[in-house]
Amino acid sequence: MTTITVSVNGKAVTRDISDNTLLSDFLREDLRLTGTHVGCDTSQCGACVVHVDGTAVKSCTALAVSLDGANVTTVEGVSTGGDLHPMQRAFNDNHGLQCGFCTPGMIMAGIDIVNRYQAEGKTLTEDAIRAELEGNICRCTGYHNIVRSIEDAAAEMAGMSKAAE
Amino acid sequence: MYDTNYHKPSSVADAVSALSGAEDGKVLAGGQTLLPTMKQHLAAPSDLVDIRAIPGMVGVDDDGDALTIGAATTHAEVAADPTVNAKLPGLAKLAGGIGDPAVRHMGTIGGSVANNDPAADYPAAVLGLGATVITSKREIAADDFFEGMFTTALEDDEIITAIRFPLASKAAYAKFPNPASRYAMAGVFVAESGGSVRVAVTGAGADGVFRHEGMENALSGQFSESALDYTDVDAGDMLSDLHGDGAYRANLVKVMAKRAVAKAG
Repeated sequence: MTTITVSVNGKAVTRDISDNTLLSDFLREDLRLTGTHVGCDTSQCGACVVHVDGTAVKSCTALAVSLDGANVTTVEGVSTGGDLHPMQRAFNDNHGLQCGFCTPGMIMAGIDIVNRYQAEGKTLTEDAIRAELEGNICRCTGYHNIVRSIEDAAAEMAGMSKAAE
Repeated sequence: MYDTNYHKPSSVADAVSALSGAEDGKVLAGGQTLLPTMKQHLAAPSDLVDIRAIPGMVGVDDDGDALTIGAATTHAEVAADPTVNAKLPGLAKLAGGIGDPAVRHMGTIGGSVANNDPAADYPAAVLGLGATVITSKREIAADDFFEGMFTTALEDDEIITAIRFPLASKAAYAKFPNPASRYAMAGVFVAESGGSVRVAVTGAGADGVFRHEGMENALSGQFSESALDYTDVDAGDMLSDLHGDGAYRANLVKVMAKRAVAKAG
């Protein structure tokens, strides 16, 4: 057992965990943050994507013990107050989900994609979104509405970052 | 996953002593292969030695003749690094094509090279550029490092600290990913430097990454796609499985070599 302190969605949490605890299990079992889904558990599907220190990682393929001191954001942590994050709203508006199982990972991956492209000043094309979604599998939608959702959210997030300047 | 003891040393010396003191220790550098392997009970190390907190393990150093990349530098960091993009763009592109974005945020160059998966991308760049693997004990030339699939010259208590890539006048990588796993079914790295050409092939060989002498000779004579027309890739040396037989992979190797030459210009 090792004691770790991690900031999860802006709140510091300290827990004793066994060294083989995966981040996904830590979030779901220890913290009861069940928005992060575990689909394949073999690093393929991306349903478990969360942000660690601002970048998307597969929480089923990271040891919680290695993240002592890190900032973790899950899908529960992206809305502000009662307002959905633009990415969440865009998935709702564009019907970017059917069963919804992959959606938490899609939203976390989508935010990461838009953040990276905007930080580098690159244009996020439809082709780029499809390529960036390499590690997120949806078995319902055929991806069309997911891609549209991320395109829409990207436009709104660009407006937000301009307004903030 | 079986139980394990996690260590996070802050120096290479401490990492080596944690590793040599362990019953069955493994280095954790990014975990994108090791952790899935442990989850499937294909590996059950008694101890994990995480090298990511060791100062100097992350980053790119340019001495004018070579780029030295710290072992714990992630694929995303190499792909985005301005120096790598300027000096060895073929290497940056290779790093940006490994796995998927989330995997690239965690997976590291040292982990990939130490693991020597027969379908991994980095071994082709290390062998193709004639890089040097720098460890806690010594420096190992790429030609002496890879010893067959999942096998390297690394000793049990030896840790990769960095990889030094000599600059090349032309270098590029082309791969044909398996449509499902996205691992290379054939990946070819070509590099030209001072008139000599190296060609390294991953994904296709029955015994892991290898250099192809015939293609190297042909390209040393003339660095062009057509120079490869009359080279032979032996189907008997290729992996043969449900994803593709030896003849199919042998053809892929040649096609990928031509694409790499075209990209390298």
